[in-house]
Amino acid sequence: MSQVILEISHLHKVFDTVTVIEDLSLTVHEGEVVVIIGPSGCGKSTLLRCINALETIQGGEIKLHGNTVSKNSKDLHEIRQKIGMVFQNYELFPHMTVLDNVMLAPVKAQGRKKSEVREEALALLKRVGLESKADSYPRQLSGGQKQRTAIVRALCMHPEILLFDEVTAALDPQMVREVLEVILDLANAGKTMLVVTHEMQFARAVADRIVFFDDGQIIEQAAPDEFFDHPKTDKAKQFLNTFTFERDRSTTNRA
Amino acid sequence: MPDMGFDVLLKGKNFLRLLGGLGVALKISLMSVLISIILGTVLGILWHHNNLFIKAVMRSYLEVIRIMPQLVLLFIVYFGTTRSFGWNLSGETASVIVFSLWGTAEMSDLVRGALISISAHQYESAFALGLGKAQVYLYVILPQAIRRLIPLSINLVTRMIKTTSLVLMIGVVEIIKVAQQIIEANRMSSKNAAFGVYLTVFVMYFLACWPISLLARKLEKRWR
Repeated sequence: MSQVILEISHLHKVFDTVTVIEDLSLTVHEGEVVVIIGPSGCGKSTLLRCINALETIQGGEIKLHGNTVSKNSKDLHEIRQKIGMVFQNYELFPHMTVLDNVMLAPVKAQGRKKSEVREEALALLKRVGLESKADSYPRQLSGGQKQRTAIVRALCMHPEILLFDEVTAALDPQMVREVLEVILDLANAGKTMLVVTHEMQFARAVADRIVFFDDGQIIEQAAPDEFFDHPKTDKAKQFLNTFTFERDRSTTNRA
Repeated sequence: MPDMGFDVLLKGKNFLRLLGGLGVALKISLMSVLISIILGTVLGILWHHNNLFIKAVMRSYLEVIRIMPQLVLLFIVYFGTTRSFGWNLSGETASVIVFSLWGTAEMSDLVRGALISISAHQYESAFALGLGKAQVYLYVILPQAIRRLIPLSINLVTRMIKTTSLVLMIGVVEIIKVAQQIIEANRMSSKNAAFGVYLTVFVMYFLACWPISLLARKLEKRWR
C-alpha cells in the first residue's frame, strides 16, 4: 500500500460530559478517497474538525505525515496549511473578491510569490468553470459557485489532504451536482480526501473506502460496492434503510 | 427685517476669533478621536479575548465612564487631580485626557461588538487555511469589523465634537466661549448679538460634522 498521509489513533473527544468520539482509529493513504457516512449528530463533522485542530481532543493522537496535529503545537498553522478544509456554509471572506479569497492564504501564510499564485488561482478557477467570476464578490455568486470557490481556495494551498464537511448540505438540489463533479474530478486526479456526506450515490461513486460511523465509533468500513450492497452490521443496514425512506419522503415533499 | 445681530461678526476680528474658537474645539476633538480610535481598537480586541480579568477591568471602566457626566470627569481631572497630585495641566490637555478616556471606552465597546458580530466560522475558515493569529485578524476579521464599525464610530466622533462645548467650563476658550465673549463685549451696541452669533456657531458645528457624515455614507456605500 502507498504512503500513509493521515493516521488517527485512539481519538477521544468529549463535549462537556458527552462523549462524541470514542477510541477511534483511522488511517488514510496517499491518493485514497475515504467517505464517512452515518446518522446526523454522530460526530462525523467533529472528527473532521479535530483533524485540523479546530477542536481540542481529550485523548489519542492525530498525525499528518508523522507530524502530530495538536491545538498546542507551535507550528499548528504550518500543519494546517497542508490540510485543506471545505465547510458546509462555504465561509468565503465576504469583503474579498473570489480571486483574493483564493490568493490570501498562499501569499500571506505560505509566502509564495503573488504573480505565481495569481496564475495558479486563475487556472484553478478555470478548471471549476469560474474564470469569469474572479473579480466578483461572494455575495454575487450562487451557492454552488461559492462552494466551488471554497474548494479552489483550499486547493491553491497544495494540501496533502482535503477534508470535505457536508459541502453540499446547504445547497439547492440543482447545485449539488456541479460541486460533486468537482470533487469527483479531484478524486480522479489522485487527491487524498476525507469526505463527510449525505449523498449516498455520490459516496458510492467517489469513495475508495466507505467508513460507517455511529455513536462516535467506526461501526463498519468496506469498499463502496460491498458496503452498499452487503452491509454486514445491523446498524449499517438500518441506516441505509432509514436513508432510503427519508430520501423518498423528501423528494415527494419537494415535488 | 428684524435685527438678527449678525452685524457684530463684521466688527473687528470677531469672525476670525470665532473661527479660531472652532479650531480649538476641533483640535481637542480630533486629538481625542485619534487617541480613542487607536486605544479603543486595541482594548476592544483585548476585551474580545476571553480573559476574565481583562473583561472585568474593561466592564468596570466602561460603566464608570458611562455613568459619569463628562462635565464631572472634566472637573475631576482639571481641578481634582491637579490639586491632589500637584501636577500642572492646561485646560486643553485636561480636555484631551477626558475626551480620550470617554472615547476609548465607547470605542472599545463598539470594536468588541463588531468583533462579536462576525461569525465564529469566519475565524475557523481562516485558521483552517493556515493563517497565523495576527494574519487572521489583519486580513479577515478586522476589515469586516471596520466596515461594520464605520456608522457607529462616526456617530461617536460627531458626539465627541459636539460635547467639546463643555470644555469652556474649565476655562478653555473654544468656540462657545468666544461666542459668549463677543456677545458680552457688544452688549450695549448690539443687543441682539446672541441670536446671530449662536446661529453662526450652529452653522460652524454643522459644517464641521457634516463632511464626516458624508464620508461615512460614501464608505458604507462603497463597501456594501
